[in-house]
Amino acid sequence: MIYLDNAATTRVTEEVFEQIKPYFCEQYANPSAIYSFAGKAMSAVDEARKSAAELIGAESNEIYFTAGGSESDNWAIKAAAELYKDKGKHIITSTIEHHAVLHTCQYLEKQGYEVTYVNVDENGVIRLDELEKAIRPDTVLITVMAANNEIGTIQPISEIGRLAKKNGILFHTDAVQAYGHIPIDVNEMNIDMLSASGHKLNAPKGVGIMYIRKGVRIGSFIHGGAQERSRRAGTLNTAGIVGFGAAAKIAKEKLEENAKKEIALRDYLIKRVMDEIPYTRLNGDAVKRLPNNAHFCFKFIEGESLLILLDQNGICASSGSACTSGSLDPSHVLLAIGLAHEIAHGSLRLTLSTENTKEEIDFTVDKLKEIVARLRSMSPLYEDFVKQQS
Amino acid sequence: MYSEKVMDHFNNPRNVGEIENPSGVGTVGNAKCGDIMRMYLDIDENGIIKEAKFKTFGCGAAVATSSMATELVKGKTIQEALQVTNKAVMEALDGLPPVKVHCSLLAEEAIHAALWDYAEKNNIKIEGLQKPVNDIEEKIEEEY
Ligand SMILES: Cc1ncc(COP(=O)(O)O)c(C=O)c1O
Ligand code: FES
Repeated sequence: MIYLDNAATTRVTEEVFEQIKPYFCEQYANPSAIYSFAGKAMSAVDEARKSAAELIGAESNEIYFTAGGSESDNWAIKAAAELYKDKGKHIITSTIEHHAVLHTCQYLEKQGYEVTYVNVDENGVIRLDELEKAIRPDTVLITVMAANNEIGTIQPISEIGRLAKKNGILFHTDAVQAYGHIPIDVNEMNIDMLSASGHKLNAPKGVGIMYIRKGVRIGSFIHGGAQERSRRAGTLNTAGIVGFGAAAKIAKEKLEENAKKEIALRDYLIKRVMDEIPYTRLNGDAVKRLPNNAHFCFKFIEGESLLILLDQNGICASSGSACTSGSLDPSHVLLAIGLAHEIAHGSLRLTLSTENTKEEIDFTVDKLKEIVARLRSMSPLYEDFVKQQS
Repeated sequence: MYSEKVMDHFNNPRNVGEIENPSGVGTVGNAKCGDIMRMYLDIDENGIIKEAKFKTFGCGAAVATSSMATELVKGKTIQEALQVTNKAVMEALDGLPPVKVHCSLLAEEAIHAALWDYAEKNNIKIEGLQKPVNDIEEKIEEEY
């Protein structure tokens, strides 16, 4: 099997798993308990919090563990809206956010909030001039992702942070795809709140963090016990948290090395595909892109068929095609960068990890060439195109 | 998610291709998901479908239903071919997931479009055949 869907989720590495293991059968104490048996679990949680914070230049007490990226996004946006409802009810976001952000914003719209969805350019970079113009006296939150999960475009977070700060507006970023993959510094970038998720970083699924800048007084989202300084209730997921911390620590040590390795492999993959498969478009920015993301549209073919045939060759990948979406609409991100429906249809996302090899990439491109040619030979659109050419 | 039969017809689609100078050819699409199916028919002087070929731009279910539809109409009379509904195609494929039912409508409509083209070319009227829609979304909205 060749796994090229690391933006969907990643493998828990042995190095991380070894550190998690003791917290199931042996160190199973509730970390919040008073007896000494709980001490080891609590200090492991503290250690993890420190690692999670250090990766983004934050303080330990600014990190709150959650059940993942979706929860953190929901919390940040709903709680910020609630906190400032007397100041204003206007939120600014982008058209290419993850559904965890978009659907939360849509929910708030139903509650009487107003949301401006700022457009992106053809590479998926947010239009800063539009964002600046969208700011109003009643704007209470700007939420823009650090990097896009489909096309991999990295957003100008520093510039957005500066704009937010200048205008006294809270800035949240969904960094689920960026955290541990590209450098982030919450102070340099003026980030007030940040969401990240363990399973995109070789930690387990179902654990994430919310960074909340000291002094930002948003309320809690999950009500209950006094965990996480009464801001996020629920018995601590010790094993998950330890895994998150371990992965964050490794990511900090190896950020540059990993990125370099992935970028080399990514650019090799992109070059081969663009050189060898005609009528192909690279989506997203060529340079401002996540180290592990390659995203293409192959004209005249459909993504689900492509995925099934790749799967039959042992290759795991994903697509933003309408047919794979369940809703029959192509991905909102591909439409936002201006792609026509039938082009968005033939989309393919390949997301690497440092464990992928050049041999795997070569095999994938070789198979991809065959599959695209085969699907084109069955495509009425390709038939029309060829007839028009002659 | 797909039945074995669907996967079989997806992997080894029967009758992919074009027919030169076909008796009838029809192209239908689904503007919503963007898929397009083209059906070619070769009909002899006795009104028997000698050959059927297709090309499809669409999901696994769309390819499999096109393939099955061509198999089901081959050797049939025009009237028999009209009985090849999307339900018949789905049954022959051991069913489709609910979100993929519309893909089978594309196959039914492509047969109708090809027969309509044949009727127009030959100036005949086929009993029970209605003018096909270009976009099956109209039809889905009526029926579901
Ligand atoms: C950009 C982005 N935000 C949020 C999420 C949701 O994260 P989780 O799966 O941890 O809830 C994802 C993961 O798919 C993502 O890619
Ligand atoms: S043809 Fe698009 S979902 Fe089947």
